[in-house]
Amino acid sequence: MDAIQQNLLEQVAGLHEIPAGAYNIRANGQMAGRNTTANIDIVSKEDKSGIDIRIKPGTRSESVHIPVVLSESGLKESVYNDFFVGEDCDVTIIAGCGIHNGGSAASEHSGIHRFFVEQNAKVRYVEKHYGSGDGNGERIMNPTTEIHLAKGASLEMETVQIKGIDSTKRVTAATVEEGASLVIHEKIMTHGKQYAQTDFTVNMTGPGSSVNLVSRSVAKEHSRQLFKSRIIGDSSCQGHSECDAIIMDEASVSAIPELTANHIDANLIHEAAIGKIAGEQLIKLMTLGLTEKEAEEQIVNGFLK
Amino acid sequence: MRGNMLELKHISFQAEDTGKEIEILRDINLVIKDRFVAVTGPNGSGKSTLAKIVAGILTPTEGQILLDGVDITDKSITERANLGVGFAFQQPVRFKGITVKDMLSIAAGKDADMAEICSMLSEVGLCARDYVNREINASLSGGELKRIEIAMIMARKTKLSIFDEPEAGIDLWSFQNLIRVFEKMYEETKGTILIISHQERILNIADQIVLLADGCVKKVGTREELMPELLGVGQPCRTLADKL
Repeated sequence: MDAIQQNLLEQVAGLHEIPAGAYNIRANGQMAGRNTTANIDIVSKEDKSGIDIRIKPGTRSESVHIPVVLSESGLKESVYNDFFVGEDCDVTIIAGCGIHNGGSAASEHSGIHRFFVEQNAKVRYVEKHYGSGDGNGERIMNPTTEIHLAKGASLEMETVQIKGIDSTKRVTAATVEEGASLVIHEKIMTHGKQYAQTDFTVNMTGPGSSVNLVSRSVAKEHSRQLFKSRIIGDSSCQGHSECDAIIMDEASVSAIPELTANHIDANLIHEAAIGKIAGEQLIKLMTLGLTEKEAEEQIVNGFLK
Repeated sequence: MRGNMLELKHISFQAEDTGKEIEILRDINLVIKDRFVAVTGPNGSGKSTLAKIVAGILTPTEGQILLDGVDITDKSITERANLGVGFAFQQPVRFKGITVKDMLSIAAGKDADMAEICSMLSEVGLCARDYVNREINASLSGGELKRIEIAMIMARKTKLSIFDEPEAGIDLWSFQNLIRVFEKMYEETKGTILIISHQERILNIADQIVLLADGCVKKVGTREELMPELLGVGQPCRTLADKL
């Protein structure tokens, strides 16, 4: 693995070296490393590109890293990764994709991740997207996440895209059964002429299920963002979504929330706020000695922290 | 003999209100050099506007501002802050994601460690352990925000520190503590503390009191000279003032 790929790996997975536990590293469409453990097995798919990750019931305090890096300009790939998380597990899954495009052709990665989380299992899923390179070639990333939470299961997803991705369409669909809970924290910052679209659909099918979607984003320069969320409550359940965006320069942000309650005890809330940085926040920081530009950076960094 | 910390020469300020020019401050001339200077006057007399003009948040329509003999009329908020002007907002500003530690670090001009944060917050009666990682957002009460606001100004150690109605909303924390903060600040900076207030107990510690009315300086003097008048007409009676 070369220095560019090492850097991408560090950005998306925080990896300086070979991670502990199970991992599968994919670089320019090839497997660049894999490790399995007694409880976590990783097998390549035979019919298409991708892997199956099988985590034995009862596995606790283990982690799986599956970073992807692309440094070859013009590479386009779709990867299908399926996670089967057994009953009563408590695991952390770290995925992420870094694209370095120094050429002129578009590089594109579409990761389709499916999670089958069995009863009472607990998953923390972290996903980071990062792009670098000074070529004209676009860096495109289209992650699709499908989540099935069985009775009493829970999944907490953190998805971050701060820099360098020209175009992204992020689709997340989930079904949440009885007593299961889904939490998603999304952070996005776009600049230049970037476009980011987020599309959440969550179906709460069982009593006592819950979902909390929190999206914070900053749109700078001429970038555009579209946030769509659909929450459907088919049972007594708690659903909450929140889209909070800072808009700057000539950017554009749309938020389209949709709530559907099919049950008298479905309790659904959506909050959306889009606005520029409050003038008084800038003034306050300037009275502490920061320039307007430094104040803006502080506010944006804090907001996305 | 102290030099003139702040000089205001012929300061006027007009603002537009529903298409009509209104005069908020008219030909203000002041020399401020004492330790504690209180600016008081009825609501709408222009006190807060005057404070904001000194901090650079508002630009006067006419007039000149000198800080330590240097003309700062055309200087930005940032430049004035770096020249030694501190300003505590009447209504502290809230931020999503920025913590108490972040703000105190910015105020102190360095990455403050736990011991430093503890020393700053304890001055305003807060325990660093409970607050250091809290966000400066709606999860804090008005009184807590106000005390953190005061701690930020203390951390800056500016030669001119302006407090816009510091007593408003300091809840259970007492006036006595606020006054102790001012005294401590003076010990550390040997500068001037300019306080916008109509609280009698704060006016009582002032070396100089400026009384504004209808956008003009009505009177300037020592507390002995002004207090009898201030306790008369137009001000809340003593019983009410103590409860404000």
